[in-house]
Amino acid sequence: MTDGPLVGIVLVSHSGAVAEAVAALAVALAGGGSTAPVAAAGGTADGGLGTSAELISTAAARVDGGAGVAVLADLGSAVLTVKALVAEGDELPDGTRLVDAPFVEGAVAAVVSASAGADLAAVEAAAAEAYACRKV
Amino acid sequence: MLDALFVRRWLVAAADAVDREAERLTELDSPIGDADHGSNLRRGFRAVAAVLEKEAPDTPGAVLMLAGRQLISTVGGASGPLYGTLLRRTGKDLGDAPEVDPARFAQALRTGVDAVAALGGAAPGDKTMLDALVPGIDALDNSPGSFGSFGAAREAALQGALATTPLQARKGRASYLGERSIGHQDPGATSSALLFAALAETADGIRGSREGSRD
Repeated sequence: MTDGPLVGIVLVSHSGAVAEAVAALAVALAGGGSTAPVAAAGGTADGGLGTSAELISTAAARVDGGAGVAVLADLGSAVLTVKALVAEGDELPDGTRLVDAPFVEGAVAAVVSASAGADLAAVEAAAAEAYACRKV
Repeated sequence: MLDALFVRRWLVAAADAVDREAERLTELDSPIGDADHGSNLRRGFRAVAAVLEKEAPDTPGAVLMLAGRQLISTVGGASGPLYGTLLRRTGKDLGDAPEVDPARFAQALRTGVDAVAALGGAAPGDKTMLDALVPGIDALDNSPGSFGSFGAAREAALQGALATTPLQARKGRASYLGERSIGHQDPGATSSALLFAALAETADGIRGSREGSRD
């Protein structure tokens, strides 16, 4: 835990509505005071279904406070676009990572832990841990 | 030798081919995908053609890097990062050489194809782009150093795309359909075959103009 800047979270979905709703849900559940910066990057730039590299880069820049950025993605092109941008090297802020986690549960875990001051590795671990939480 | 102009001609020829075939690609993407492959690729390659008109990088590598970046940022579907990665990795591998021979170009293209496989986690036989890209690149390697090998690559990529019809998809949205994905030609392999066709067309044009200039 640290008193410095908080890890930023970017939620990339194939749908703008899904990204916005999951961001609102995660922030609401993190509740109680200030939360880590969260940005939604869903759908294409013109509001359609799909993925926009530009929306993702803009969102990552917006939540970057210097402590790193954890990106969660949902389906196909969302995952591939983030991976391609990370591989580019200069399209996303330093310390941006695609986190391997279920989208909704991982987003809640990431926002809650980042808001509590966890570093990027701890945020990533918290989000990934959501895979281990079986439902049946 | 292949220079920046060759690569620009190739990408413009690819943009024309995608434009011509966009509706067919979308039709192929209707039964097993989300019916946007043609329109997505058309948007991406139009952006590539537009940026290449404005900017004229002077090495093959730089042209490919610029074009790949356009595809990643404008396509909007999974084919954007996949084709974008194909072009960018190929361009990166070529470095800043002002011109390269066909064998070196084929080698760089294989690096690009390998990067696509790594990004998507797919292999030949999964009913994806790789079912055309891998046979195409193998054909280029079979007669290294020859412009004629581009024609063989066009044919191999086309046959690879046609051969996806009886396969069951194991990657992407089509994989959720299970056995119902059998019997449909893969749209990604089909667009990959178009890229090889555009490459052969460009090589034919270069050979033709050379023969003409000898007169």
